[in-house]
Amino acid sequence: MKTIRTPAELEELRGSLAREQDPARRVISLCGGTGCRALGSDSVFEALVERIEAENMGNQVTLRMTGCPGFCEKGPLMVIQPEGIFYHGVKVDEVPEIVTRTLTTGEMIDSLLYVDPSTGEKIAYEREIPFYKKQRPLLLEMNEKIDPTSITDYIALGGYGSLSKVLSQMTAEEVIDEVTEAKLRGRGGAGFPTGLKWRISREAPGDTKYVVCNADEGDPGAFMDRAILEGNPHRVLEGMVIGGYAIGADEGFVYVRAEYPLAAKHLAIAITQAREYGLLGKDILGSGFDFDVQIRLGAGAFVCGEETALMASIEGRTGEPRPRPPYPSQSGLWGKPTNINNVKTWGNVPIIIENGADWYAELGTEGSKGTKIFSVVGKINNTGLVEVPMGTTLRQLIFDVGGGIPNDKEFKAVQIGGPSGGCIPKEHLDTPIDYESLTELGAMMGSGGMVVTDEDTCMVDFARFFMNFVQDESCGKCVPCRLGTRAMLEVLTRITEGKGQEGDMKYLAELGQQIRASSLCGLGQTAPNPVLSTLRYFPDEYEAHIRDKSCPAHVCRPLIQYFIDVETCNGCGRCLRTCPAEAISGAKKERHVIDQDLCIKCGSCQEVCRFDAVIVE
Amino acid sequence: MNSEQAFDASELADLLGDKQDGEDKSLMSILEDVQARYRYLPKDALILISEWMGVPLSQTYSVATFYNAFSLKPKGRHIINVCLGTACNVRGSRKVVERIADRLGIEPGETTQDGEFTLETLNCVGACALGPVAIIDGTHFGRVNAAGADKLLKKLGVEGRKE
Amino acid sequence: MTTLTIDGRQVEALRGSTVLEAARENHIEIPTLCYHEALEPYAGCRLCVVELVTPKGSQLVASCVYAAEDGLVVKTNSGIVQESRRMTVELLLAAAPKAKVIQDLAAEMGIEEPRVSLGDSDCILCGLCVRACKEIVGANAISLVNRGFAKEVKPPFEIGSNACTGCTTCVLVCPTGAIKLEDVLDSRSVHRWESDFEARECKICGDHYLAPEFAPDLKELLGEEEV
Repeated sequence: MKTIRTPAELEELRGSLAREQDPARRVISLCGGTGCRALGSDSVFEALVERIEAENMGNQVTLRMTGCPGFCEKGPLMVIQPEGIFYHGVKVDEVPEIVTRTLTTGEMIDSLLYVDPSTGEKIAYEREIPFYKKQRPLLLEMNEKIDPTSITDYIALGGYGSLSKVLSQMTAEEVIDEVTEAKLRGRGGAGFPTGLKWRISREAPGDTKYVVCNADEGDPGAFMDRAILEGNPHRVLEGMVIGGYAIGADEGFVYVRAEYPLAAKHLAIAITQAREYGLLGKDILGSGFDFDVQIRLGAGAFVCGEETALMASIEGRTGEPRPRPPYPSQSGLWGKPTNINNVKTWGNVPIIIENGADWYAELGTEGSKGTKIFSVVGKINNTGLVEVPMGTTLRQLIFDVGGGIPNDKEFKAVQIGGPSGGCIPKEHLDTPIDYESLTELGAMMGSGGMVVTDEDTCMVDFARFFMNFVQDESCGKCVPCRLGTRAMLEVLTRITEGKGQEGDMKYLAELGQQIRASSLCGLGQTAPNPVLSTLRYFPDEYEAHIRDKSCPAHVCRPLIQYFIDVETCNGCGRCLRTCPAEAISGAKKERHVIDQDLCIKCGSCQEVCRFDAVIVE
Repeated sequence: MNSEQAFDASELADLLGDKQDGEDKSLMSILEDVQARYRYLPKDALILISEWMGVPLSQTYSVATFYNAFSLKPKGRHIINVCLGTACNVRGSRKVVERIADRLGIEPGETTQDGEFTLETLNCVGACALGPVAIIDGTHFGRVNAAGADKLLKKLGVEGRKE
Repeated sequence: MTTLTIDGRQVEALRGSTVLEAARENHIEIPTLCYHEALEPYAGCRLCVVELVTPKGSQLVASCVYAAEDGLVVKTNSGIVQESRRMTVELLLAAAPKAKVIQDLAAEMGIEEPRVSLGDSDCILCGLCVRACKEIVGANAISLVNRGFAKEVKPPFEIGSNACTGCTTCVLVCPTGAIKLEDVLDSRSVHRWESDFEARECKICGDHYLAPEFAPDLKELLGEEEV
């Protein structure tokens, strides 16, 4: 057992880890996040292990399966140190070449290098890729440098140093002051000042208190919490122990959603290791402070991201929110004061302690400090996780970092903040991103999910998608949310089916207003946002559906028809064979025709046609 | 239905006994374990768990029906999940669901007659760069379109429409 | 005592009471559906919302759970309160058009036809029956099952529960009359829960009484010895 008993012993361990490291040694970092694994990084890893062994290079090379470096679009990702060579889309059959050429001589393999789509140039080093250039990684910084299942990797890079500092040099009050001065705000979305929340929890009467990490990242399109827990779980644990010390809690819970098995696994490993090293448990680092953490798995309910529902779920009840006040900081889990923060908020804490509040508060805008991670997804070239200082504009994020819209399509809107957020159109692309500016535009920071849409996205259908989501995820306790979101869905559905009525837009706006004002919890209070924001910025699209019974983006099936163009079709028969409804007829090498009565408008014919002969009207 | 794993009360007693020794004794985690073991929550298990936990059966039932991850009906031997999160949705995952539903002859949420397949949808697995994403028996498959869905089904032995 | 302002009037209320209690204490009427003074408040129907006026602006809060604190300023019938209640009643009418209490509220507000149709239930999911069964009777025979729009009140597995004692408290507390009781000589049925009981005839008066399930539970509940 390697229990660390004092801050000095921690530094000793760090020192010896540093001595073992050879800065010139080759280190291969292969992304082992959920995304890259789905693209085959597991088998690439195995192949690397085998090959390195076969070449007898085991003592010259360190191979590491790391967390997500963010550029998910290009996975599986590999970074080779010391040079920082960046390979993307790595496949098993390329492994021998990587080992024999790059690992031995540092020679680069051309086909694996990133090509800048705007210049057509190949880029060899990670730091020079535009996607990374404009980022400022703090929370994600270590993701590609450590093996998340190795606590020593984290310690070697300074991990648990902040905890050690807090326990040996700071009072609880001083910790809270530091977090307050850093002006850290809750990264779960609402942006409540973290220091203030901690103070309320600390001052709440009671001997038993809890801290909770909300890792029920349910916003579709947001996966930064997943990436942090998968890639660097110790940072979150360290933040929680510091928080526990500050508010006077000796027990913590991490509520992880069930859809993130790898995150839960890495977190469980991290907890076990931290206990072994004495960084969780009794008398941490000889300070007399006790703290331990348990994992609780969610079971597929979006509403459990709402803090009172989350606590109900931990207590073994249905995830029904209850009214606040009282706030969890006053009366939370089992009626005890409970400090709930998001994964990213906890993750920011060790960074603030390490660098100081002043350093941290330098980053970002007046009201929103630090960095913010966004997951940029949808109709965008560089899908992935992006960490930028608060105050970066939407345009920089979408076009400079995100690489713009694929296939020369035109940007239409970006949806920010998940089902609670709203759509922001192109006229506001130069807005600096912070909590206030997004709210003003009718969206919200939320978890930082950003879904980019292009000219082919129908905004009414898009709004309907979100409304379908929230009404499906509503717990059903209060009337405005249970019935109001359902009513909005009904109206949106009839509009997308060409059955919209005069007055529907007004009715949607009224419903939205009332659901917002009268719902019990945050889910209902923000549920109308996607509809209200599209009504605000894209009224023409609604009107086209309602008055002209047409869908300008050619998405809503009852309002469109597929045709085969006489001129372009050469009768190859691909569409005919694909059509699941057998609606296409035509002899070989002759023009094919779609029977409109049989067509189910699935679009399969358009997908398979190599000559763009299938048109939608 | 051959997919129904025979429920064995003594096995559950073992599982609960383990829980008693360990730190983790929450209703949710017990239900999660039972769901993982049997691929559904057998009625007798819910009754036993309620007694063991000292929780009214009505509350256990309420919890079992509230969360998507729990099922009161046995699920198929293969569970096919298609992500309908925003990113997958804008990249056409609805078509993938429709194709699989059509091939299996079931609606999302249902299990085929022979107990082989359950088709489900979920809202974002956080692998948005790979959308549309399908998860078959826990393995993620990225960039699946309708034709890709056919290929995945073929691997599972489904050719054409399953009646 | 706590002093607060309701509808421009300074009123006093017992410390620890809610805004709703404070209003009712002072004869100010606030409509409710899911509230019952003998039960834990649920804050689900949102009919009891009132406007809370603060220096930062106004917001709607559920008066059945919001604590009446010193200096609080609330309006129980302002424009935004009326609009909110109106939408709530319209939605309830859309989902439970058969419920008399909803029809009456709608008529009072001049709502003729809801703009969408959301079903034809007679249950408004106020949860009073569930709470009564749990908090007053202690039987826990029914609960809210499923979630969202699919939410319902049911006994476990939707079959007659042997936890049901046939006490009919749920029938009494239901505001819409959705829970039907049928007493026919030697049998009692609570139809919604599919609970059926055999009743025995009293040898002395000839009336029917429920036994043996009901009697022991009641005794336990009251903590009394048999007389």
